[in-house]
Amino acid sequence: MSETPEPKTVALFVTCLVDINRPSVAFAAIKLLEQAGCTIVVPDTQTCCGQPAYNSGDKKSTKAIASAVIEAFKGFEYVVAPSGSCAGMISKHYPELFADDPTMLVAAEELASRTHELVSFLSDVLNFQPAATALDASLTYHDSCSSLREMKVKDQPRALLASVDGLEIREAEDREACCGFGGTFCIKYSEISGSMVDKKVDNIAATKADILAAGDLGCLMNIAGRLQRRNEDIKVLHVAEVLAGMTDGPGLGEGKR
Amino acid sequence: MQVTSRHFKDGAHEALQDKDIQTAFSKVKTGFSVARAARVEELPEFDDLRDTAVDIKNHVIENLDYYLEYFEDQVLLQGGKVHWCNTYAEARDAVLEICREADAKTVTKGKSMITEEMALNDFLSEQGIEPIETDLGEYIIQLAHEYPSHIIAPALHKTKDQVTELFHVKHQKYGLTERQTDPQALVNEARNVLREKYVAADVGITGANFLIAETGSTVIVTNEGNGDLTQSLPDTHIAVASIEKIVPTLEDASTMMRLLARSATGQEMSVYTTFSTGPRRKDDIDGPAKFHVILLDSGRSELIGTDKQDLLRCLKCGACMNHCPVYQAVGGHSYGWVYPGPIGAALNPQMVGLEEARHLPNASTFCGRCEEVCPVRIPLPKIMRHWREKSFETQVTPKPERWGIGLWAFFAKRPALYRMITRCGAMALRIAAGKKGRINSLPMMGGWTSVRDLPAPQGKTFMDQWKQQKRGNS
Repeated sequence: MSETPEPKTVALFVTCLVDINRPSVAFAAIKLLEQAGCTIVVPDTQTCCGQPAYNSGDKKSTKAIASAVIEAFKGFEYVVAPSGSCAGMISKHYPELFADDPTMLVAAEELASRTHELVSFLSDVLNFQPAATALDASLTYHDSCSSLREMKVKDQPRALLASVDGLEIREAEDREACCGFGGTFCIKYSEISGSMVDKKVDNIAATKADILAAGDLGCLMNIAGRLQRRNEDIKVLHVAEVLAGMTDGPGLGEGKR
Repeated sequence: MQVTSRHFKDGAHEALQDKDIQTAFSKVKTGFSVARAARVEELPEFDDLRDTAVDIKNHVIENLDYYLEYFEDQVLLQGGKVHWCNTYAEARDAVLEICREADAKTVTKGKSMITEEMALNDFLSEQGIEPIETDLGEYIIQLAHEYPSHIIAPALHKTKDQVTELFHVKHQKYGLTERQTDPQALVNEARNVLREKYVAADVGITGANFLIAETGSTVIVTNEGNGDLTQSLPDTHIAVASIEKIVPTLEDASTMMRLLARSATGQEMSVYTTFSTGPRRKDDIDGPAKFHVILLDSGRSELIGTDKQDLLRCLKCGACMNHCPVYQAVGGHSYGWVYPGPIGAALNPQMVGLEEARHLPNASTFCGRCEEVCPVRIPLPKIMRHWREKSFETQVTPKPERWGIGLWAFFAKRPALYRMITRCGAMALRIAAGKKGRINSLPMMGGWTSVRDLPAPQGKTFMDQWKQQKRGNS
């Protein structure tokens, strides 16, 4: 029998939206990471990465929250989030946040170097091949801005999705355009956000795909909410749920079937 | 021009309701972005060029005093004159003095954003000097008494039908009474009117895309050739430029130009690129007898050494707005001052004050596309964030927003309390949604539910479920 590699310890950064709104995404992430041979830890003092404060200009609160995240995730080999946005916050913005604080900067950079977005971690670090799953459906994938531009996640989810038996991927027009979520932006500038998500929904609906998937729950809640307001019949799932074969339950915003 | 940035939301609301504006601004995608992508694809060294351009610009900004004086020396050697101006008022006065010397009745103008900043046209009109915009887009909006909605396509917001009506009314006085509906016929009509103006003008005013230190040249790029006629036919040429437009050498200017048109319109080069070096010499067949350069600071030097210094690299290509989903939704005028889109959101608070312009850096999802396409890699989202931080610190951010974030942060910093709140919140939303799985309208969340349903939480929070599972397993 060949030697099995030492299991990697992964601390899961659940993200606040997954924690509250869609725990199944975290369970899907855990399932995939375990399939890839990882041991999962969920540090229980985590709350949020601090983006709402950071993007509102509240640097003081952001620093306090970021310091708590740095503390909570100390010592783990890897930190993985099922979100490009939160992973981007930790790995790109924490070091910027503490640029004027040499001690914290070291800690922030150290955490940044261990932090990954889920799908790119599975692909790029673990070279993971998902367990054989089958799904007879068509799917369109939305590139979230932070996954795409901050975390350079573009081909990885498509490659992993291509391994799902029977799943047809249909690319939407203008797939790299923002969906209009933007955290508090979508509430403060709801009319502009509404126009942006409408364009996104037009392009998604035009694919006539059965499923919309993405790697960020913020975008998914925004797009699902608008799809449903417009009575478009497209099931909305996080890409981790699709890859983990957890597609039977209700999609975002759907009642129990 | 009157600054209306504080009314950004109202402007956005109107623009979103206006079908013509929506059609017009969706054109930047098909018109510019697609072409840009094609040009970038064709040029493997595009990203290297960007790096070189960043280095050139950074070097200039760090040695601005040296290059500006170097530039002035060369202009003087060529027989021209340089006017140093700190403020818009100083720059306007300098222009006026030159116009008075030339006994100017009319001046022709090439397209220039800096003279928009200075509100030069209104000023000259008040002084009894008629300014005539010669760029077709600028000419259209001048006739309509409006201002640019895009920095390289100033009349982007106007439909063809609106231009037909405008020309029909405004060109009656030239005996042009036929209503033209064909775009080419409209262009020809404007051209015929403008031909006379070029010849009659006493002074020609242009901006400058670049100032070249080693030669004392000013450079403009245009697609209509109007700039050439503006600066070579009248007796006096005034080039107005902000101080950061300087590049050390001709070679540097050519590096910049390889990026500029590709980023702006998706052309390899603009149709006309014109270098002006001093007034007409003895053997020259044409050119102005007098050559003036107005160097304007107006707050730019204050950016040096700050976290917003990178803004001074801007080439004014418009790529950021061409790729901005917010700009495409709200159009140019909503931004309420000269520069719309991401560059406006990052620059205008400096120019017109944060209190006036606070919405601009806030009205962004930080999608990052502007930075991705900026030829000189200006970190626009980062600069917008700096403005948000300043806004928060100085309490320009409204109280409810600051308190809301403060309250949320209070809980986010206290995990045990946070668990309790999220547990209750998730359950409450679940119950509110009922069997439907989503919520149609929710008090205090009107911003969300006015445009979309709120997908309800699945029920228990992940942290609670995880804890339960762990307990079950042990």
